[in-house]
Amino acid sequence: MKPFAFARPADVAEAVRTVAADPAAVFLAGGTNLVDHLKLGVATPDVVVDVRRLTSREIADTADGGLRMGAAVTNSELAADRRVRERYPVLAQALLAGASGQLRNAATTGGNPLQRTRCVYFSDVTTPCNKREPGSGCSAIGGYTRYHAVLGVPPTPPGPTAPDTCIATHPSDMAVALAALDAQVQVLGPHGERTIPFVELHRLPDGDPSRDTVLEHGDLITAIDLPALPLAVNSQYRKVRDRASYAFALVSVAAALEVADGVVRDVRIALGGVAHKPWRATAAEEALRGAPATEESYRAAAAAELAGAVPQPGIDDGNAFKIPLVGRTLIAVLRDLTPSEA
Amino acid sequence: MDAEISLRVDGEAHRLTVDTRTTLLDALRERLGNTSPKKGCDHGQCGACTVLLDGERALTCLALAVAYDGAEVVTADGLAADGELHPVQQAFLDRDAFQCGYCTPGQVCSAVGVLDEVRRGWPSHASPDLTGDPELSHDEVAERMSGNICRCAAYVNIVPAVQQAGGQAS
Repeated sequence: MKPFAFARPADVAEAVRTVAADPAAVFLAGGTNLVDHLKLGVATPDVVVDVRRLTSREIADTADGGLRMGAAVTNSELAADRRVRERYPVLAQALLAGASGQLRNAATTGGNPLQRTRCVYFSDVTTPCNKREPGSGCSAIGGYTRYHAVLGVPPTPPGPTAPDTCIATHPSDMAVALAALDAQVQVLGPHGERTIPFVELHRLPDGDPSRDTVLEHGDLITAIDLPALPLAVNSQYRKVRDRASYAFALVSVAAALEVADGVVRDVRIALGGVAHKPWRATAAEEALRGAPATEESYRAAAAAELAGAVPQPGIDDGNAFKIPLVGRTLIAVLRDLTPSEA
Repeated sequence: MDAEISLRVDGEAHRLTVDTRTTLLDALRERLGNTSPKKGCDHGQCGACTVLLDGERALTCLALAVAYDGAEVVTADGLAADGELHPVQQAFLDRDAFQCGYCTPGQVCSAVGVLDEVRRGWPSHASPDLTGDPELSHDEVAERMSGNICRCAAYVNIVPAVQQAGGQAS
């Protein structure tokens, strides 16, 4: 591991100034991903700035009826919060589907969405990777693509040696639920505070796969807000993975559904394991609003969302299986959320 | 680069200077001679390094020692009080919940954490109802202990051991 200085700032403002002043400085919160990357040589900071005890560890009711989740709230605490379990079950389920009990006790609300991809080539510093080393190429093209993207990728990949090729997926379960719930991210940066819609936090590889999010160097997530979203009472997270527990998603679905008189009144859907970012399924949502709450509508909505999906060839027949898999998972979740006939 | 930290480990206070790169696991094993937490994968995937960190189960291989200055650590070595085994330790013996034993200190610490989380009403991915009180069913224990790998595959006895320690007959 490369040597680094360890900074314990007194408050968030000092933490932001410390990181902003040094291009090779990083924030440390729960450390579940960063410490591993320090060991692997994926992250090579000069300065590690500890913010774990600086941001809020409170979950507060907001004036509009939502919740403000402090960045230091652990994934365990958030999943156990009564308000989250009752009003936003999709979020509690997503958190509980992620990692292990030990990791959820360390992982934080601010850190979880900023974890890096689990693409095996990103973690292996002996292989080319545009995300880890911009311009070096993409080893995943034609390689092990089981955990890689099918949405938000070009119909014809530019090839393994192009400098902006990246088919990595975002690994967070929590982030898929937050994308569906219209969450807002509170950020303190070198130029002050701002709010970013959660669906705009993560980006596609476009031009620079090394950047997972729109955050600038020195930007610190201080809290994430959930709006009052009554339909979220009827919500669900379903994760499909290679083993029953403690594994990343092949695909996942976060959805909230409101049905009245057999018609879809409102719906929120986000997909995980299929794109470089948590994938808000706007085409499926548009297809569903006002449509009969039937299996036929759900099939059409899944088809609308997945029309642009691009399978990635690779070892063991690549990842074409993910397209029907995520479609069927979405249909199953919507069916589960549909109230039975009175 | 060095930093001075203090740790309370199994009830005993320590003050030590560590390289900033030192994990809590290496500080415990190499600096304080407490080899109860084991180095299995060293990447947060196996659970062998689990301890109770400020009261909650945690992976010491993914914790930088400098980031836990002032922390209270309880390892499997410190669970027994006054020569009496902790109920989880006794249950692992009663149920023959190990073979080679390498993962056992981590399993035991994790199980102590699990029982506390269940007492606090925390749900798991296996809970049939997010808002009900969790019970120590087989599926609940298996899910909650999934972060602790046992390559001897003693799981079939670990689950009843955790249930016994939690006061649930199996």
